[in-house]
Amino acid sequence: MNFSIISDNLGIYFQGLNNTIQLVSISLVIGLVIAVPLSVIRCSKNYFFSTPVRAYIYFFRGTPLLVQMFLIYYGLGQFELLKSTFLWNYLKEAYFCALLAFALNTAAYTTEILRGGIEGTPYGEIEAAKSVGMSRIKMMIRIVLPSAFRRTLPAYSNEVIFMLHGSSLASVITIIDITGAARIVNSRYYTPYEAFLTAAVFYLVLTFIIVFLFKKLEYRWYAHLRRDHNV
Amino acid sequence: MLLNLHGYGPSILAGTVLTLKVSVFSLLIAMMLGFTGAMFKLSKSRILNVVAQTYTTIIRGIPDLVLMLLIFFGGQVMINQIAPKFGYDSYIDINPFIAGVLTIGFIFGAYMTETFRGAILAVSPGQLEAGYSFGMGKMKVFFRILFPQMMRHALPGFGNNFLVLIKSTALVSIIGLDDMVRKAAIAAGSTRLPFTFYFAVAVIYLVITSCSGVVLGWLDRKYSVGVLKG
Repeated sequence: MNFSIISDNLGIYFQGLNNTIQLVSISLVIGLVIAVPLSVIRCSKNYFFSTPVRAYIYFFRGTPLLVQMFLIYYGLGQFELLKSTFLWNYLKEAYFCALLAFALNTAAYTTEILRGGIEGTPYGEIEAAKSVGMSRIKMMIRIVLPSAFRRTLPAYSNEVIFMLHGSSLASVITIIDITGAARIVNSRYYTPYEAFLTAAVFYLVLTFIIVFLFKKLEYRWYAHLRRDHNV
Repeated sequence: MLLNLHGYGPSILAGTVLTLKVSVFSLLIAMMLGFTGAMFKLSKSRILNVVAQTYTTIIRGIPDLVLMLLIFFGGQVMINQIAPKFGYDSYIDINPFIAGVLTIGFIFGAYMTETFRGAILAVSPGQLEAGYSFGMGKMKVFFRILFPQMMRHALPGFGNNFLVLIKSTALVSIIGLDDMVRKAAIAAGSTRLPFTFYFAVAVIYLVITSCSGVVLGWLDRKYSVGVLKG
């Protein structure tokens, strides 16, 4: 083991860390923004609206993220028509394609998680909202979604960790994230242990930080369930 | 022809077979590791507890791809460092199939550990005691009492893990195994129709995951026969 190579190349790793954090956080935010309306539509009893959402979730949860990323990054180049539009300026960038694939993927999983939360709303809460004369939209925003968010927090924290792990795939399409940095160091010095173990440590620390932050958030959001609160 | 895929249909199908092989073999490894891990976690020995806990924590904190690259490239270096000490001098190439199967099995063993641990805990201890009181040995109690009852509790988590596992097999294409993703990449390169081929692969994955879902649903009903459902 020769970790002086790593300390000499820490710069690449931190550049990778930066890219990983950017990719994960941007795609999580976009994913969440897409997932909230989609989950409401998914729960709709009107098949005309809920079927397309079902199909979208079915596709993105049933296929590997790697294939989805390849479909976007390599696949879209097959369509000449697309190449002539302004969209191509973005779609030819590996970074943008990875971001798009991650966002669409996490949106599908998050939609399904939120659906569980929405369907688990106690009927009494809905009746109470109706009885004070709230409209459907108001009821969603004030009653159903906040309680759904609270119920789905543990499942969502898992999704965030999966997204962090999934983001390592970005290295396959030339992006220098943490894994990409490790691959560069490995190919330059042929030191697989040092290179990939360092990457593993970076991911472990990030995972622990995410778990810690969600614990904090759970503590706040589940305040009403705490036994020791001093009121 | 749609199924012919510009002459690459058979090649993609061969890749599909490899994907299925990787899934099945790594599932077997994952199940064995999962059982062992669950037993370790539930055992009275502190050392075994710590070993299992470290295993599940570390594996679940590192991306599959990083672990796979670590085992594939690192294993290569390690074998070639160790082998000469046993008088074996020629260079050894690590088989990507074995590296892939071991890695995926190793990763999902950690997830299976959690699933099986929960399932074993869900079987009431009275059942096991009843088995022992009839004079059954440890193995007999496991196969006749514990296993059939824990499977019911394990199946939902097990199914979930299996579906994720199938999708993870796509990663073996990165370490050079000819699974269907790599076959598609080769076909896409020579025909310049990447969307067609990756979409075909996506559809095959959908078929595999859907079929697995049906089988898992059937298993679920089979193992829940003794339980009333409202």
